[in-house]
Amino acid sequence: MIRRTVNFLDSRTGAVPFLRKSLRYIFPDHWSFLLGEIAMYAFIVLVATGVYLTLFFEPSLAETTYTGSYKPLQGLAMSEAYRSAVELSFDIPSGLLMRQTHHWASNIFVAAILMHLLRVFFTGAFRKPREITWVIGLLMLFATLLEGYLGYSMIDDLLSGIGLAIGYGVALSLPVVGANLTLGLWGGPFPGDPAFESRMYVAHVFLLPILIGTLMAGHLALVASRHHAQFKATKRATERKLVGMPAFPAQVPRSLALMFATVAVLFLLGGLVQINPIWQWGPFEVSQGTNGAQPDWYLGWLIGSLRLVPGFDVTIGDYTLIPNPFWGGALFPLVVMAVLGAWPWLERRFGGVRGFHNILDRPRDVPGRTAFGFAFFTWVALIFLAGSADRATVFFGLDYESQVVFFRGAVIVAPIVAFFVTRRICRELKRGEEIGVDKERAEEEAEEEAQEAEREKEPAPA
Amino acid sequence: MTTSPDGEHDSHDIVAPGPQSPRSELAVAALLVAAAVSAIAFIVVYSLEKFSTQHELLGITLAASFAFVAAALLLFGERVLPSEEVAEDYPEAAAPMEQEEVAKVMEESTSGITRKRLLVGAGGTAGGAIGLAALTPALSMGPWIDVAPLYRTPWRPGRRLVDDKGKPYKAEEIEQETFYTAFPEGSSDRNLGASLVVVRVDPAALRLPPERAGWAPEGILAFSKICPHAACTVAIYQKPTYGPTQPGPALVCPCHYSTFDPAKGGEVLFGPAGRPLPQLPLTVDAGREIRAGGNFSDAIGPSWWGIEMEEPH
Repeated sequence: MIRRTVNFLDSRTGAVPFLRKSLRYIFPDHWSFLLGEIAMYAFIVLVATGVYLTLFFEPSLAETTYTGSYKPLQGLAMSEAYRSAVELSFDIPSGLLMRQTHHWASNIFVAAILMHLLRVFFTGAFRKPREITWVIGLLMLFATLLEGYLGYSMIDDLLSGIGLAIGYGVALSLPVVGANLTLGLWGGPFPGDPAFESRMYVAHVFLLPILIGTLMAGHLALVASRHHAQFKATKRATERKLVGMPAFPAQVPRSLALMFATVAVLFLLGGLVQINPIWQWGPFEVSQGTNGAQPDWYLGWLIGSLRLVPGFDVTIGDYTLIPNPFWGGALFPLVVMAVLGAWPWLERRFGGVRGFHNILDRPRDVPGRTAFGFAFFTWVALIFLAGSADRATVFFGLDYESQVVFFRGAVIVAPIVAFFVTRRICRELKRGEEIGVDKERAEEEAEEEAQEAEREKEPAPA
Repeated sequence: MTTSPDGEHDSHDIVAPGPQSPRSELAVAALLVAAAVSAIAFIVVYSLEKFSTQHELLGITLAASFAFVAAALLLFGERVLPSEEVAEDYPEAAAPMEQEEVAKVMEESTSGITRKRLLVGAGGTAGGAIGLAALTPALSMGPWIDVAPLYRTPWRPGRRLVDDKGKPYKAEEIEQETFYTAFPEGSSDRNLGASLVVVRVDPAALRLPPERAGWAPEGILAFSKICPHAACTVAIYQKPTYGPTQPGPALVCPCHYSTFDPAKGGEVLFGPAGRPLPQLPLTVDAGREIRAGGNFSDAIGPSWWGIEMEEPH
């Protein structure tokens, strides 16, 4: 039966040599290599649940009156978009499960990508020949952030309206072309043309998913082409020799198990843990704001950066060259992306390490990179934390303005401290190991000498 | 199992024999049956649609079916299928022969061309022009070039301030220590320039710029409700929280905490806003109703390259 199927396939597609290679493709074994897989499986859940949502969501700003089963909103004027999203949550069987699972999956998707990024950075997996894979991964991350932002912006509840207003402000702030670009995209001053809803929709359900899917395909194709990098787990693993589990029989069941487990966790979250209760925000009105509404966590770093910049616009006479939101909302993420994207080449240029790398570093083995990475991470994480300073005011009564002043200083000082402390720790760890190795070697030698001395004492057997 | 030094297996025995565990096989089957039961439970819960925890049950049953399959697969991979470490050479870093061939094909095919730069230039021109032509229809999306809409507001001298039900505000209704949202009578509130925050301060505490004398009759002040930082709505009117810089109640945007002093005509006290909150001049008519005395002091909304170039109109 197996042979007949294989023969059928081979004679009609010629794909069996490829299949043979795929079955015996080697996966080096380390838990941290699974983070990227989790992201991929979350993406599959996003596509599946997302398609379901499109069967019911109506991306239209046409005004209507809510008559569904959620009492507090009954009789309220709202857009078709918001009405259908609320209806999906209350009156479509399993609609809420799909919507919440979709939202949870997007959060886990970004989180898994970030963890994967940190793993790849700190182990040096981005080095030649894998620089393009790294850059594609970064592009995917930023496409994903935009995708998630559009996802909750389309619903036209109060939270999405505020998020869009900020996006509008940041877009306007782009030097020289900001106003033109913004008027074009929105179709007029905020809240823009009703067609803006359709524009977000086509980007969210078609353009960006296709972009992300294509990038993912390229990412995986490059990984497979150059094979996985590996840790020096055994003596056999070298820069030229890959050691690990074959795709089949060993890796495929494991990987599929991870996929099913990811799906299970996401549906469990979607069923049990409330996320973005859109019915609580109410419909969007330009003139209304809420206090305490928070965006999805992965936009927190941009909220923080927008809040920390001191208040000034750069002007030349009447011409406003750089409006304030540009620094935090546009330049900051661009800098983060540019530094990360250029890092493989920066390290080649200034780290002086060339050639191919299939063996991964342990973070302590490259103190310079690890220290920079941790300092950079500290910088972004502090700015992220600054984005929740108002929550600290609400929950702990900390004075808001003092916190902002503190963070303005901390984002400059803390990364520098983090750099030197991390570098020191790496060096000490390495030195400790070297001492350990020396000690072991000395002990072995001493033992051997002792044995030799013993042997000499004993009379040779006749 | 035989493994040659370079990791290639003997052709008669590619995969090492498995662990042979009938009990594990039984457990895998049991887990798969459990997955099927959970999946059917999901269908039943969905169809009955009568549980008070309907939504949670749907999530649990569906998640359970996937979780059981995950457990079955894990067990199947670890205990039933053989699992062995193998080794293989990394793929060659590059294919120098093919590189050479590709380069030669390109070089030799184009070596007969005498006007290479002309062709490259013409090709670039065609590509650029077609690219521009392809982008041109996108101009229909919005005004792009005409930025005049960004200066427009619905406020005109004499226009009454009304609440969200359309009822005109009277001067007596405006009290201190709180704020009111007002709209221009008979205008769509979807316009960014429409909504106002109205507050009353002690006239003795007013420190308006001299050219705005008379903009705040009886200490009643009106400002654009749209934050000039990033277009959120100014929705907090708070007591001083930062003593040294904040003399009285201030208008605050809850998005990035730009803080404005109403008594000083919307001056920025704290936060990222680069411009003051635009102020609307007010008058109180004979019927004690509040009316606009003109348009805003500055263009409303977030900053952009031309925001200071024209007055709002």
